[in-house]
Amino acid sequence: MKKQRFIREVKEPRRRVLGMSIAVAAIFLVLLSRLWYLQIIESENLRKLSETNRLRFVPVAASRGAILDRNGKVLVNNTPSFSVAVIPQDVKDKDALLNTLARYLNLDLADLQDKWEKGKGRAKFYPIIIASGITREQMEFLEENRLRLPGLDIEIKPIREYSNGQLAAHLLGYLGEISETELDKETYQSYNPGDYVGKSGIERSWENYLHGSDGGKQIEVDARGRYLRTISETSPTIGNSIVLTIDRDLQKRAEQAFGDKAGAAVALDVNSGEILAFVSNPGFDPALFTGHLPAKQWQAYLDDKRHPLENKALKGLYPPGSTFKIITALAGLQEGLIDENTTVSCTGSYTVGRDTFRCWDKKGHGVVNLKRALKESCDVYFYRLGERLGVDRIAAYAREFGLGAPMGVGLENEKGGLVPTTDWKEKKYGKKWYRGETLPVSIGQGYTVTTPIQLAAMIAGVANDGTLYRPHLVKRVVDPDGRVLKEFPPEVLKKLSLRPELYRKVKEGLLAVVNEPRGTGSMARLYEVKVAGKSGTSQVVKLRDSKGNVPYQYRDHALFVAFAPYEKPEIAVAVVVEHGEHGGSAAAPIVGSILRAYFEGKGVIKSPVPKAGDEQDAGETAGEAVVPENSDSEKVSGN
Amino acid sequence: MIDRRLFTSFDWTLFSLILIISSLGVFNIFSAAASYGVVSTPYFVKQIYWILAGLFLVTMVCSFDYHILEDVAFWFYGVVLFLLVMVLFFGRTSMGATRWLNLGLFSLQPSEPMKIVIVMAYARFFSRYPLPRGLALRDLFYPALLLGGPALLIMKQPDLGTAILVVLIACSMLIYVGLRWTTVVTVVLAALPSIYLAWHYVLRDYQKNRILNFIDPERDPLKSGYHLIQSKIAVGSGGVTGKGFLQGTQTQLHFLPEQHTDFAFSVFAEEWGFLGCMLVLFLYMFLILWGLQIASRCNDRFGSLMAVGVTAMLFWHVIINMGMVIGLFPVVGVPLPFFSYGGTSMVTSMVGVGILLNISMRRFMF
Repeated sequence: MKKQRFIREVKEPRRRVLGMSIAVAAIFLVLLSRLWYLQIIESENLRKLSETNRLRFVPVAASRGAILDRNGKVLVNNTPSFSVAVIPQDVKDKDALLNTLARYLNLDLADLQDKWEKGKGRAKFYPIIIASGITREQMEFLEENRLRLPGLDIEIKPIREYSNGQLAAHLLGYLGEISETELDKETYQSYNPGDYVGKSGIERSWENYLHGSDGGKQIEVDARGRYLRTISETSPTIGNSIVLTIDRDLQKRAEQAFGDKAGAAVALDVNSGEILAFVSNPGFDPALFTGHLPAKQWQAYLDDKRHPLENKALKGLYPPGSTFKIITALAGLQEGLIDENTTVSCTGSYTVGRDTFRCWDKKGHGVVNLKRALKESCDVYFYRLGERLGVDRIAAYAREFGLGAPMGVGLENEKGGLVPTTDWKEKKYGKKWYRGETLPVSIGQGYTVTTPIQLAAMIAGVANDGTLYRPHLVKRVVDPDGRVLKEFPPEVLKKLSLRPELYRKVKEGLLAVVNEPRGTGSMARLYEVKVAGKSGTSQVVKLRDSKGNVPYQYRDHALFVAFAPYEKPEIAVAVVVEHGEHGGSAAAPIVGSILRAYFEGKGVIKSPVPKAGDEQDAGETAGEAVVPENSDSEKVSGN
Repeated sequence: MIDRRLFTSFDWTLFSLILIISSLGVFNIFSAAASYGVVSTPYFVKQIYWILAGLFLVTMVCSFDYHILEDVAFWFYGVVLFLLVMVLFFGRTSMGATRWLNLGLFSLQPSEPMKIVIVMAYARFFSRYPLPRGLALRDLFYPALLLGGPALLIMKQPDLGTAILVVLIACSMLIYVGLRWTTVVTVVLAALPSIYLAWHYVLRDYQKNRILNFIDPERDPLKSGYHLIQSKIAVGSGGVTGKGFLQGTQTQLHFLPEQHTDFAFSVFAEEWGFLGCMLVLFLYMFLILWGLQIASRCNDRFGSLMAVGVTAMLFWHVIINMGMVIGLFPVVGVPLPFFSYGGTSMVTSMVGVGILLNISMRRFMF
């Protein structure tokens, strides 16, 4: 039995190996005969084809998707643009061609040569784009003279059209030619040199959706590279549209409210986290970046002290200043260290060990309770509360409110800010935390830094009694046929663990900030809608008793966070005015204007100027509405 | 430890065959990449490094008795399958496919070792499986499970080329083990209606399009079709004797896609013509038949099955790649073993050959 099995086991496979060997040989014979067919029978034809290889692949660029506001109004769309390309294989006299083009188009010859060198490594029939964004007249002239310039090719491509000018420039971002580093990255594998890609903002972060896929034509051309016939064609697929949560009109008014001040504003829907306005001022002209940015303009952007190219709402890191007192107050209430009746006597300063910490009001506030402490922004009250809380407990609450980590708004490189703890200091500096360092932290100074987005999310979380929504910019992605590809519903980041009744106690103080005498935020007041908020002033550098002429870059930042209506909050706003000095006087009016614009848009407040009038006037009027209070808040300088 | 007999019975024929093919590959890559311009380390130099690394692997794989593999086959299989699952969740996406796994020190494409590990798993399974008279349908249950998991995972990445290769390797081994005619007929009969049903009810339009483009590249003439036409022109214009080393116009003018990797053979065909191609074809056929011979001379079932599996792996790579280059098959990213530029392919192929050499030199040990 065993022997028999052994024999079969050995014999069977051997027979099968023979069979398989024959099959293998047969298949190789098939390959060989195919080679015979191609290399011997068809050889003549194919050799001719290879000598006059005039099959050419011409890419047809896809139209980029549009970016729309929450109501479907266009923020960015496309318009045709003409570019000049050369096809290396057809170029008879490279230097003459480039010279002619440089002269006629008024471009730098070295630049054109550089582009030629870079494109040369690829297939010789592949067009190298050497100049884009030429005018229609230039295009027509070149088209007429094409026969005299062999190798020249004109391409028509859709490009971005910024019909709203600089509106929301940082948010939308700009396009630029794909760089060599980007080409090496996996995300851009299907891109070719000369393609345009999003370089910042939504254009960059949502590139995948907006780009669409390029089509192309396989064409046959004659010996001079002229088109003969199309052999086959694939049409490009238009990119998807991105519908933002932004309200275009509110965005416009918010930007106008800044005037020429530098800073950022974020307005949120309190009950969904949708970002209604996203301002970083001053803006820049995204259209300039699409073509060739004149070196002068570039230099002007770089030299501007207000840093127009920086996205301050997303990446600006500011100490939250007194706006942070909201968190210190809530922490104290939740931990049972204070209640609304707890009082502290403010004499204008507070001493811990050898260090004296001053209240912004040297005269002192006298005996203050929580409401007055918030309203008049008494520092001593919060120094003492902060000291009892300790830095780690403060940090825990700050993190609860989303500070210290990027919030994931849907843009790349969002900053996370910093919430200091004892551990953090140990790791970072290898030093212990001093008790005295806790005091500045409790009024939002010291190591703590936040982004305007985080401040807006924080005040929105207070407004809606403890639900922290993810602030987000994209509402949905829609394909060219109008089908919704992706929807981004509100996303709850956290349900805060604080007792619900505590919010009311803090909110009463915030209402007083804006609406009661001696409140620091009266310039954010609206008469039709109750606004609640908190001012903040954050030190850029320590200045001893500075009076009068502080250089711009050393002036304090001005902050204001607010929500409205008080009873049933809908909108939360955070405004930072860089080097604006006082939250109450520099940031609060902007918050007031934004809120006014919002409620005008909703029809709650009647526009003071008829619709036909200049919109800028409406913004200005909003600012003026609170001017009578100016004298009051002038005394209350800052916090 | 090292038996003298092992050295005298070392399979120098197989070893030289690999060296010859690899060297031809290096020369060819030199020509294919000549027009790429100056790069820090030329491709042909890097290929030499890969060959040296591969030869080191061959020695490693030869140094132990391959019977050990029988004990660890399923473990290897399990680990690689696990890695494939990890790719699904944590894989690195590149060009629309998720194939790579970042393991900290280096990145790995687990579908590559799967080609060898599936051979080990099958060999282990059938080496202990009673075979009355060819495999009946119910005997295919476990093999189908062993194959199905990896094949579906690879398909999902998506990497159709590798998925097809894994299935072909497994099927070749099944044929070697022996199938009853009834089994073959039943499988074919069952497959037809399910393909029909899947086509009409399961697959989405874009999936159908992808499959149709795969079968008929002329449908999508801009991508695969363009490559195919240019490759055919390159091969055909080579004629009987070729245009000569570094003289291929298709190659040097960059009409060929991926000309140092997947389309390396069309570069060779253009520059060395029918005579050159015949030589390469003959070398590969010799390699495959030699592999089968090793299987036939091996005295234990595990080794014999392993030899057939590894040979099948090399065979299908050669056939699919050459078929693609000369326009018999659609374009799939399958490299030509030892000939195309690339470390991944070199490592897999060299390990395969190491196993063949291992089996070959220990055939007298029983």
